[in-house]
Amino acid sequence: MLGEGIVRGLAETARNFFGSFAEKERLTTVQFPEERRVPFEAARNFPFLVYDGDGKESGLRCVACLICEKECPPRCIHIDKSKDKKPDFVGKAQFYPAAFTIDVSVCMSCQICVEVCPFEAIKMDTAFELSTDDRFAGLLWGKDRLAKSNEHYHAIHPTEAAEVDERRGQEKAAAEAKAKPAAQPAEAR
Amino acid sequence: MISSLKEMPREAGETGGMAGSGAGSQLLEVAMGPHHPSTHGVFRMDVQLEGERVVRLKPVFGYLHRNHEQIAEKTSYLGSMPYTDRLDYLCSMSNNWAYALTVEKLTGLQPPERAEYIRVIMAELTRVQNHAGLIGFLLQDMGASGTPLMYAFREREKILDLFEWVSGARMMCNYMRFGGVRVDLPEGWVEGALAFVERAPRFLDEYEGLLRNSEIVMARTQGVGLLPAELAVNAGVTGPMLRASGVNYDLRKVDRYGVYDRFSFRVPLGEKGDVYDRYMMRLLEMRESVSILAQALRDLPGGPILDPKSKLRGLRPKAGEVYGRIEAPKGELGFYLISDGSTNPYRYRVRPPSLINLTVLEDMCLDRSVADVVVILGSVDIVLGEVDR
Amino acid sequence: MTPEQIRSEIEAAIPGCSVEVAPNGAVPGQASLAVDRLHALEAAWFLRRHPGLLLDFCSNVAGVDWLDREISEKVKVRKLVDGVEQEAEETRKSKIPGRLEAVYHLFSIEKKQGPVILRVRTENRSDRVEIPSLTPVWRSAEFQEREIFDLYGIVFTGHPDLRRLLMWEGFTDHPMRKDYVPPPEDDGPQDPRGAVGKEAAAG
Repeated sequence: MLGEGIVRGLAETARNFFGSFAEKERLTTVQFPEERRVPFEAARNFPFLVYDGDGKESGLRCVACLICEKECPPRCIHIDKSKDKKPDFVGKAQFYPAAFTIDVSVCMSCQICVEVCPFEAIKMDTAFELSTDDRFAGLLWGKDRLAKSNEHYHAIHPTEAAEVDERRGQEKAAAEAKAKPAAQPAEAR
Repeated sequence: MISSLKEMPREAGETGGMAGSGAGSQLLEVAMGPHHPSTHGVFRMDVQLEGERVVRLKPVFGYLHRNHEQIAEKTSYLGSMPYTDRLDYLCSMSNNWAYALTVEKLTGLQPPERAEYIRVIMAELTRVQNHAGLIGFLLQDMGASGTPLMYAFREREKILDLFEWVSGARMMCNYMRFGGVRVDLPEGWVEGALAFVERAPRFLDEYEGLLRNSEIVMARTQGVGLLPAELAVNAGVTGPMLRASGVNYDLRKVDRYGVYDRFSFRVPLGEKGDVYDRYMMRLLEMRESVSILAQALRDLPGGPILDPKSKLRGLRPKAGEVYGRIEAPKGELGFYLISDGSTNPYRYRVRPPSLINLTVLEDMCLDRSVADVVVILGSVDIVLGEVDR
Repeated sequence: MTPEQIRSEIEAAIPGCSVEVAPNGAVPGQASLAVDRLHALEAAWFLRRHPGLLLDFCSNVAGVDWLDREISEKVKVRKLVDGVEQEAEETRKSKIPGRLEAVYHLFSIEKKQGPVILRVRTENRSDRVEIPSLTPVWRSAEFQEREIFDLYGIVFTGHPDLRRLLMWEGFTDHPMRKDYVPPPEDDGPQDPRGAVGKEAAAG
């Protein structure tokens, strides 16, 4: 019968319309500014630099090795290496970034800088409401804006951050254990 | 629509946009696009019309061209991986796989079993969401404004959530690596995917029931945009579009890449190769994909997810060349790489199924009306990020 | 069929056609067939109709740009040194002139086989860049050859509609060539050492 298919199709729309009152499955909309979805742990947006402790400048894990600058596919990271060195978390003297900038208007959130970083210094942030009225300076983030605490890292990626902390703890313990036998013979002499 | 008077090369005897061709008939040149809602992006068709009948149609590309291939030749092998997400930006997982597969062929890396299963799961989820979206767009082009597309996007949302859960991004996943995948599935992910697979048949039934039997859809699609099998093969058409013309050629069966030989699934085939067949092909393929998903999630083995020989930085394959291809949702997605032994590929080429499937667009549209052109283009399934690269 | 067998069959079937088997050093290492450009079209028809191959599906057409290259290889030569014949090593430098190349990946849907890789080379990179178009044999080459014409500048003789595909009309260069110099970018990454960067770094 002509029109039968149309009626059958309308039955599906009716089922979905009335069903949306009963089933959460059929109504998945999140009313955004009022309602917010909890982001997934793996969620990523733009990179940030992790620092330990309270020192935004002194606790920065980055040692300015320039690997991320070289590996970044759109080349949006720029690092100026320091002239002097400062001790890192195991006490080894390391360079630090005199300047570290990311042009987030070019960054494509691919996470490759995070993967290649051997020092767990750069991680992905989840913040996404970042609009600005200055499309040049407002989107070129310096060290000041990029540096975020380890606590922040724990808050957004708890599992991953715990693993990183454990690994760094082991490294530190290994470094201390290595330093001790080296120190003892010196005392004996 | 803007009428264009200068872009098309004219044949002898024509004097302008409006040219006489026989008694009482006039030809009108129309540039459909690049900003036309039915072209799914920035794509233009220069159409020559006689009344409402199409007498010539030339696609115009390049509005989204960014020289992806040259960028890739100046970047390391790994650095191109996030750029492949942006080819067919609806199916980034498939693109990742095609590129990873090609580099693995070039270097001899072997992904572990678990990674192969994860790849199959991701590729089939991609196929479901691509096909659901395509049908929504196709019906929208026919005038079913909103409803089918919203239903499709509601289900797509669930798949994108699964992608974000594992890779951190909804569309630009950047998930595969040479010799495996980047991270293992998080806890609870498999259950989440299984829940989706359980619900999927109900969605597919409803989605099919919505308009499959509708007299209007049948009148608009049956017998429209016929593509004979011989022409389809000769013009290099691949994917669901080729199979809608009745040619049994599915790379998952032919090449048996990954672990596709372990799953039982059927390859649906069309008869006539009209828009209706192409529409049905996608509906049927989604069901097969769901069945593959159920099998893959059931058999998912444990173990490592990355070849231990694979390294992130400083990949230097031996000098040589390789062509790798997979069955992406839109057709055969191929990568052709030439290595000269350095860290960058000497030549990096993408074989874009969307672009090559458009070769026959003119043949399908000739003698049809403008309204049919919209439907036929909708059934080809293009994404301009891949067409223009 | 191995590339060598295909080569001898082509050479037997088409008089005057010379085919070179180009080796491939990659892991699967499938060698390709470099057909001379005068007989490329005939060879393509032969491959498509060959009952054992039936290459009805031309999947991928890629352009490649090879710059002038100098290869130095060490060769052992016997020479007379002070009346005694000795073996000595000599470095021989050979120059490979630059050329453009179109690579066709051919498959058979009928027989579910493939690929056979066909290469057609131009004489040089500057003025003699014509090779025959294989679009009459496989229509799938139509847009891909146009793309190569656009990005590499190979002129395909016999192509039904050879226009630029991706770049705009009036653009003169070929951006995929290895010696292409792009115009200065105005929307690339900002230089943080520039004025804006210093401001941002200052806080």
